[in-house]
Amino acid sequence: MNFNNIKYIFLKELRSFFNSPVAYIVIVVFLVILGWFFTSNLFIANISTLRTVFEMTPFLLLFFAPAITMRLISEEKKSGTLELLITKPVKESEIITGKFLAAWALYFFTLLPTFCYYITVSFIGTLDIGPVIGGYLGLLFVGAVFLAVSVFGSSITENQVVAFIVSFLVVFGLFMLDKVLFYLPTSLATYLEYLSVDYHFSNIARGVIDSRDLIYYVSAVGFSLMLGTAVLQKRRWS
Amino acid sequence: MSILVENLTKSYGDAKAVDNISFEVHSGEILGFLGPNGAGKTTSMRVITCYLSPTAGTVKVEGHDVLTESLEVRKLVGYLPEQNPLYFDMNVIDYLEYSAQLQGVFPSRIPARLKEMVDVCGLGEMKHKDIGQLSKGYKQRVGLAAALIHDPRVLILDEPTSGLDPNQIVEIRSLIQNIGKQKTVVLSTHILPEVQATCNRVIIINRGKIVADGPIADLQRNLHGGEKILLEVEIPDEQSFEMIAVQVRNIPSISTVSLVSEQNGVKRFTVETASSIDIRKELFQLCVQKRWNLLELHREQTSLEDIFRELTSDVIPR
Repeated sequence: MNFNNIKYIFLKELRSFFNSPVAYIVIVVFLVILGWFFTSNLFIANISTLRTVFEMTPFLLLFFAPAITMRLISEEKKSGTLELLITKPVKESEIITGKFLAAWALYFFTLLPTFCYYITVSFIGTLDIGPVIGGYLGLLFVGAVFLAVSVFGSSITENQVVAFIVSFLVVFGLFMLDKVLFYLPTSLATYLEYLSVDYHFSNIARGVIDSRDLIYYVSAVGFSLMLGTAVLQKRRWS
Repeated sequence: MSILVENLTKSYGDAKAVDNISFEVHSGEILGFLGPNGAGKTTSMRVITCYLSPTAGTVKVEGHDVLTESLEVRKLVGYLPEQNPLYFDMNVIDYLEYSAQLQGVFPSRIPARLKEMVDVCGLGEMKHKDIGQLSKGYKQRVGLAAALIHDPRVLILDEPTSGLDPNQIVEIRSLIQNIGKQKTVVLSTHILPEVQATCNRVIIINRGKIVADGPIADLQRNLHGGEKILLEVEIPDEQSFEMIAVQVRNIPSISTVSLVSEQNGVKRFTVETASSIDIRKELFQLCVQKRWNLLELHREQTSLEDIFRELTSDVIPR
């Protein structure tokens, strides 16, 4: 892996997010929806907590992750620029990684303003810092998994709509897995539970940082990016 | 040897797009890759540029194999794909910088390379515009500038002048010729005058196979083996064409003499030879000797169009 190549691709993609309306629409819409859920509940419940942020964000990400990433590779395929990219001395894995990191960075910038909820709540009540750090860390990990899966979704087609729907279905499956487990026999459920994004997130969001959860997130991201790389490599043998 | 292609085959499923072709390109050569649509030009170029892997055979660029030393090959090659894909939302200078970075140009050399490419390709006024706003000719120049940004030793251009107006075509051609002096250039096209104007060697490919390979002049000579000469003479005394033909045939190696037109004693006819011997001198001396007034004498060249049609006219599958 050549880290310079990853850096160049990352910067180019990040710049193109912010040069187009994409970044601003994503950030504004995300914050409006999240802000509405957060404030409408805060004073009724009268609990100084950021739980709404941590519960709503994975749900919103189901839509935002495929939306952010859907054009990343499919558009390069459609316009033919992928041919330019691949005939440069750049590895497929570097292309996928650079693009994934750019999407993750955009997600980070989207999440950044929600930190003012923390400031607000800590002014009007006492807020336990542990779950907040854990929650944000968990959100970053959940986002990484959803975005990596969606980058893979974008790599399999040259149609952005198809990319969005495929990514959404996979991400939705990973999200819903632990919510349908009680329909399944317990022996199977324990394994499937481990695949669920939300199950690992709820651990971290409680402030417990367990190596099993970290391994899950890292391997899920790595596996998705490897699949995306394999899709790009397969083209050479078509 | 700059590019070496040996027994290259590329199949898509059962269909062979390129079928066992071999050729070499030396540095300093501008090679025209000619063929009807779907003949396998783009596929061959995509294999050389490492976009596709060969099904069988070896391809080497400057001694590096496209399969085992793919990254090395990609560093050496500048490529302008068919349809000239570009990022329309980037501006020209950012795009060229991005290309330079990914091509591995040393960061401190990038500003100088950018400036040089902007000058060479005449992009000075356009460098801060979005690529999507440029006219087709300028887009083509941007594509070419990006392909040249790392000063590649080998340049592969897939239909570099398609969709340009005649002025732009002339400009791009002269640009390619200038570049081709030091580098190896392979360009594909189905515009025949373009090959005549820019290339010093042609490969004609049809249905995945090479059907002709050599300098244009050689191809023109070899196709029929002989030469065709047009002769127009004014013959004062009444002589029939047959009598003249007999006299002309006395010159050795002439195969046929045929009359084209006859008007007021001016006879126009074509003389064909069996082999590629220049008989214009003999014809002139014959006219002097017989006291015919020579009005016109010229060698008819087989045009590239004729060669192309002859070699590729079996396009319709049997």
